[in-house]
Amino acid sequence: MAVKTQQAAQEFAHNHARRLMFKRIRGVIRSTLIHASLIPAAFVFMLPFMWMLSTSLKPDVQFYAYPPILIPSPLQWSNYPDAVTFITFFLYMRNTLTIAILATIGVLLSSSLVAYSLARIPWAGRNLLFILTVATLMLPFQVTMIPLFIVFKNLGWVNSWLPLIVPHWFGGALYIFLLRQFFMTIPMELSEAARIDGANELKIYYSIILPLSKPALATVAIFEFIARWRDYIGPLIYLSDQEQYTLSLGIYEYQSQYGAEWGLLMAASVMITLPIILLFFFLQKTFVQGIALTGIKG
Amino acid sequence: MATASQSLPLPRRRLSQGTRHTINGLIFASPWIFGLVVFWIYPTLASAYYSFTKYNGVRNPDWTGFANYVRLFTDDEEFLAAVYNTVYFAVFSIPLAIIFAFGLALMLNAKIRAQVVYRTIYFLPTLVPEVALALVWVFIFTPHSGLISAPFRAFGSRGPCWLTCADWAMPTLVLLALWIIGQQIILYLAGLQDVPQDLYDAADVDGANFLSKFRNVTVPILTPVVFFHLVTSVIGALNFFAIPYIMTGGTGFPANSTLFYSIYLYKNAFHYLEMGYASAMAWLLFMFTLVVTLIIFRSARLWVFYAGGED
Repeated sequence: MAVKTQQAAQEFAHNHARRLMFKRIRGVIRSTLIHASLIPAAFVFMLPFMWMLSTSLKPDVQFYAYPPILIPSPLQWSNYPDAVTFITFFLYMRNTLTIAILATIGVLLSSSLVAYSLARIPWAGRNLLFILTVATLMLPFQVTMIPLFIVFKNLGWVNSWLPLIVPHWFGGALYIFLLRQFFMTIPMELSEAARIDGANELKIYYSIILPLSKPALATVAIFEFIARWRDYIGPLIYLSDQEQYTLSLGIYEYQSQYGAEWGLLMAASVMITLPIILLFFFLQKTFVQGIALTGIKG
Repeated sequence: MATASQSLPLPRRRLSQGTRHTINGLIFASPWIFGLVVFWIYPTLASAYYSFTKYNGVRNPDWTGFANYVRLFTDDEEFLAAVYNTVYFAVFSIPLAIIFAFGLALMLNAKIRAQVVYRTIYFLPTLVPEVALALVWVFIFTPHSGLISAPFRAFGSRGPCWLTCADWAMPTLVLLALWIIGQQIILYLAGLQDVPQDLYDAADVDGANFLSKFRNVTVPILTPVVFFHLVTSVIGALNFFAIPYIMTGGTGFPANSTLFYSIYLYKNAFHYLEMGYASAMAWLLFMFTLVVTLIIFRSARLWVFYAGGED
């Protein structure tokens, strides 16, 4: 009897170990297969960057070499100073930064005020205003593009940065939506207690709500800054004086005038891409949270 | 309001809580109320009006009734080409984006090493300024000699003509659009990480295999994300502008095969100064967007699964 039990136990242990081993082998095969598809995908996603970087350091004769040259030798660093000189990179960068920073400050201030009104102050019209806000997200930009151009033309603002900055001081629908969602997660009791203590709304806004919302505000700031840094169609519509061009527009115009000077163009491309990528690496968490936040209430 | 007047006899006149909230609410919202009227509502109405006029942006608009709309459908082959191209792009690129983003997110969600590294690599292309993106693509896809032709050359061929001939230009753009699905991958991954483990455990108890778990647990729970992806990418595809514009210098080259709706609209407005005509195009686009989104929203109850209703 005892022998039988022992035998059964041994058999069980043996089977169990086998099962575990199978499971482990299956796990290894599975993760190998997964990496075997994720790595080529990563390579494909990286390839244009690598090619951009590689070309930015190449002499002309190697652009179309076959087999392709990934690491040029010697490295032609002169493409970078050339790009800076011929594309007037720093001028465009100054313009782009001015627009991006001013627009970001404006959108942060205005959107947070409006979101505060929608999320933290109970008043009759706020639901209607919120619905209108979300509705504008569905409106194609082409619908408002032409009348806005006419308005700015009549104001004498065309060919200045004003049309690219001023509208952002009156709130951005997506950011209002985002901040409202965030502000609503802060307990209402905080506001009520502060009101009883005699704090007015402005005080509650800047001394309670804003400090508690730093992650959401950071998300808005980064999203807006990058959107303005990358913006192409806005400058294309409103800027015609080369002195005022942003980086995106300047590089495009250079390419359409002088054609395929790839070493120089890729050096410029690296230089406008790099700041965003650095920003991303420093603030990765904010980014990923922000993207998840915009997708929450599909 | 009645209570406000009742409180008047108080010695020191104070506004009721409700009135004070309304005043504060309006003051805080005032930038956006102004912005909404000036930058959204007025332009939308003005554009509707312009769409019935001949208007070059300088002289006063001339009322022409439905002439712009009639001309669009009966006398403008470029317009029809633009509609065809845009719909083509949407029809092929959106399902492909859903499949690839979902698939990559699924693999990332299997508890594997270096998940964050992969996620970062897949996301980075979406940050690249469109100018840099379009330029490097044009360079890589230079027919017969660009980087893309290298694998073809290895087999003695020189590969297709990519962006330079009408048959290949659009498929190439559909392919390229797959490069910028990083945001969607992150959304799907976030959705997958929210799937409650006990659902899978319960399925295991029922002896469900991998496929049936995928079909009956993973997919239903992710349908809200697919829904969100679908709505935003339809709008995105209909507004697709900067990349094809930069790649072709706004020409729709070759033979209008990359003439997207928004490029043709832009050209009408700012190159030909046909602002009325372009406004008619804008309104058609608006209506079309509304109809498509409405259909997606209506269909949602058939296929979108909301666990526990709210939230």
